[in-house]
Amino acid sequence: MPDLLLVVVVLALVVVVVTAPLRARAGAEEAEENAVRAELEAARDAKYREIRDAELDHRTGKLSEADWRSIDRALRAEAIEILRRLDDVTGAPR
Amino acid sequence: MLIAGKACLILALALSVYGIAASVYGATRPPGPGAGGWTGGQWVASGRRAVYALAGVLLAAFAILELAFLRSDFSFALVATHSSTTTPLFYRLAAAWSSQEGSLLLWVLLLSLWSSLLLRLTWRRAREIAPWATAVLLGFAAFFSALIVFLETPFGQALPAPAEGVGLNPLLRHPSMMIHPPMLYSGYTLFAVPFAFAVGALITRRLDARWIQLTRPFTLAAWVFLGTGIVLGARWSYSELGWGGYWGWDPVENASLMPWLTGTAFLHSVLIQEKRGMLKVWNVGLVLATGILSILGTFLVRSGILESIHAFGASTLGVPFLVLIVVLVAGSIVLVAARAGDLRSEHRLDSLLSREAAFLLNNLVLVGLCFVIFWGTFFPLISEAVTGTEASVGPPWFDRYTVPLALVLVLLAGVGPVIAWRRATPRNLVRGFRVPVVAAAVVVAVLVAAGGVAERPAALAMFACAAFVLGAVGQELVRGTRARRAMAHESVPVALVSLVRRNRQRYGGYLVHVGVAVLFVGVAASSAFQDVRELRLSPGQRATVGGYEVTYVRPTAALRAASNGRLERIELGAVLRLRRDGRALGAVRTYRSYFPSQDPSLGAISRFFEGEATSEVGLRAGLTRDFWSAIAPDTAELRPRIARGDRVFAAAVDELPPAAWNAALGRALDGLVASYASDPPAATFRVIVSPLVAWIWLGAGIAVAGGLICLWPGGTRGRRVETAARAARVARDVREPAHV
Amino acid sequence: MGAPFLPSAFPIGHTSIRMDPHRKRRIRLIVASTCAALLALALVYTSFSASTEARTPSQLLADASSGRAYQLTGKVVPGYERRADGTLAFQVRDRTGGGVVPVTYKGAVPDPFRAEREVIVTVRKEGSAFVGERDSLITKCPSKFSEAKAEQT
Repeated sequence: MPDLLLVVVVLALVVVVVTAPLRARAGAEEAEENAVRAELEAARDAKYREIRDAELDHRTGKLSEADWRSIDRALRAEAIEILRRLDDVTGAPR
Repeated sequence: MLIAGKACLILALALSVYGIAASVYGATRPPGPGAGGWTGGQWVASGRRAVYALAGVLLAAFAILELAFLRSDFSFALVATHSSTTTPLFYRLAAAWSSQEGSLLLWVLLLSLWSSLLLRLTWRRAREIAPWATAVLLGFAAFFSALIVFLETPFGQALPAPAEGVGLNPLLRHPSMMIHPPMLYSGYTLFAVPFAFAVGALITRRLDARWIQLTRPFTLAAWVFLGTGIVLGARWSYSELGWGGYWGWDPVENASLMPWLTGTAFLHSVLIQEKRGMLKVWNVGLVLATGILSILGTFLVRSGILESIHAFGASTLGVPFLVLIVVLVAGSIVLVAARAGDLRSEHRLDSLLSREAAFLLNNLVLVGLCFVIFWGTFFPLISEAVTGTEASVGPPWFDRYTVPLALVLVLLAGVGPVIAWRRATPRNLVRGFRVPVVAAAVVVAVLVAAGGVAERPAALAMFACAAFVLGAVGQELVRGTRARRAMAHESVPVALVSLVRRNRQRYGGYLVHVGVAVLFVGVAASSAFQDVRELRLSPGQRATVGGYEVTYVRPTAALRAASNGRLERIELGAVLRLRRDGRALGAVRTYRSYFPSQDPSLGAISRFFEGEATSEVGLRAGLTRDFWSAIAPDTAELRPRIARGDRVFAAAVDELPPAAWNAALGRALDGLVASYASDPPAATFRVIVSPLVAWIWLGAGIAVAGGLICLWPGGTRGRRVETAARAARVARDVREPAHV
Repeated sequence: MGAPFLPSAFPIGHTSIRMDPHRKRRIRLIVASTCAALLALALVYTSFSASTEARTPSQLLADASSGRAYQLTGKVVPGYERRADGTLAFQVRDRTGGGVVPVTYKGAVPDPFRAEREVIVTVRKEGSAFVGERDSLITKCPSKFSEAKAEQT
């Protein structure tokens, strides 16, 4: 009997958890926007890491001045683009 | 609770299948509501929740099994065959995964937990890839769930339930042996994460570096766990088994090392893809190979296809695993071929003297090592297929190829951090490598002058390469600190901490390199300069081994009881006194434990000497050298007394009540061990003196610390973001690069 | 950055001839592939020449060359003996019964070693006896995934 009770409880919980998204109608658009923002924020952070990495490589002699300036310029341009897209999503300057 | 456990496993299988279907259906649906008014996103979300539910259900199943072990519920067949009322609590809990069935359950549980964590952290940032990755991970979960539902259930019933269990194999009663499987399985299951994301990236054609960045923490964690598991196994072998070695090129050892090698290669080569958009095909191939090798490792342990100390005899799992591996290999090849056009490199290799080239060479060496080990491991099957005769290669063959490759690998661990990107000029090279080369040269000069090392050129070369690495990393720390001070005007200690904190991946990686170099120094020294002797000593006698004067002081003999007061084992051993260079170093104790056999046909006394036996090593470990000893007591002189005792107690079993019989047996055994202690025969001692063995464990610890630094989550992101954002905005407005 | 470093095949003073990048890449690929192929060939050759043939006791008794190493696999027959000089004298039989080979062995004896356990040991035929190679004895870990299970439902 305890076995059966446990199985029924677990099964009920599983059904509730798994079907929750199928039962929820509202909030889908908001969830979509949150997902886009999260993706852009992650891309932004990754780009900043690349910019810092390149500068450290230059300062420790692994990247020549010319190469670093070229890479830094490209990376900052990419970062600006990501910020622009993030501004569009959030509607606020960052 | 057996029924509840089985039901949980069936539910797990059903959830896995549902999750695959929901994720794939949701990912392939066009936008907008479909049948039933549900969107693709809702189905994908439901599939994701199936992963969370799977983790919950498997946790419940595992909890049921652990409770059964805890309560010594011998109606569970697994508990009856792998535990007993006298097994200590820690080992009782860990005994769950000492069995085929329990270990499979642990494997799929860990997979579900890591998958849940992955999806929780990344699904928003990988909306297109995540559903496919979910489907792949659930595919693995479905496979393992099907195995434990249909073939090897952990919830089999013992009929009738015995009053006492068989107990855990004494060889496994060691903390590192109990943690070793969870570490290994965590490594294998975590490597499934980048595998799944690679498949998702290939399917969705999202083949930029994003999927690598998202899964990097899991890849790193897999590397740390698997590496730790491998080292724990080596440590157990060294400190518990009676042979004194830590690595034997056994097929099951090799099976865990291969995915670790390709995983290491992947962690390096993805840096090239991120920086330069190169090696895309290579990276995808590597991560797919790592995932497949993880499954192969799991397969090797359970199939019995190769002779190994871990070989468990042919089981029913060989064919299903083989089918899975074939599907994974074929599917990977088809996917990569189909996406070859999307995997073109954005840049080419500018120069062989460049960081890119060093990383590529590092990859080739690691993959080469993996190939050598693969070939040697599977050679019995290969030779049988080619010549009709099964043959195997031994440690000398493996050493012939792995030693030079390891030397190149360690050297590259020093080259990589220092050499310039794209193209190193002669000035770069001189400036970058002056200090490491000098460090290596100094070490060589000192060791050659000290004498005795030049006769082992491979070991000397390894010491030089390690010094090269330490010189290179030290130089990088100094230069980085100097750069940080120039930028932020901090004091040296603060600048050093800031430098590491803000560049965790880089400097954590450098620390890993240091750890690996230290580890290989330990391997080289302990292999090349080891002194191994078999000594036969009587009490009072002494011998000299590796500079140690070893004196057999006295025998030891004892009966040990289990937690319920019943006799668990007999211990026969010795105390050895050590001296070196005229100084007394204290004593070590080594003994052999004899556990009784459960075979009812054996005599009452002799069953104690016909069951399992384990060696307890007498170990004096130090930073410069280890003294290792294991005794093999000579029980031949006890045999007549044992045989006599067997006859007496066989005759007395019907004459005495059980309590009296047991009491008499206890006294007889007492007398037996007392006679060994008072008049001990000569014993054989295996004695090994190895220099720098401790550096292996130390190096591994340093490497793990480096890995954890790489894994550590970011802290002051907000402040840096704001500063960088302002600088980026300034740069955009004035159209000039700004400096942070 | 200064003058670019050119690992050219024609380093003629300052007026070095720049190789066509495609040709350079092809040369690198050919060199690398050749090295890899040679290494693989060496690997394959040495594995076949340095390998030890696996034999059961029956196979060994039927045909074994003196001085050649074989990997003997089988089960330990009850009644093995550890001699005073540290030698382990034991017999190995086929897994399914049949031939029995006597072996004398010196070296590390694994903890799980005992009668009816499966072992692997490298032996050489010396005269009519089989001598085990030092430290080559492996005993299979017997119980982790045990074949004998309690009756189950």
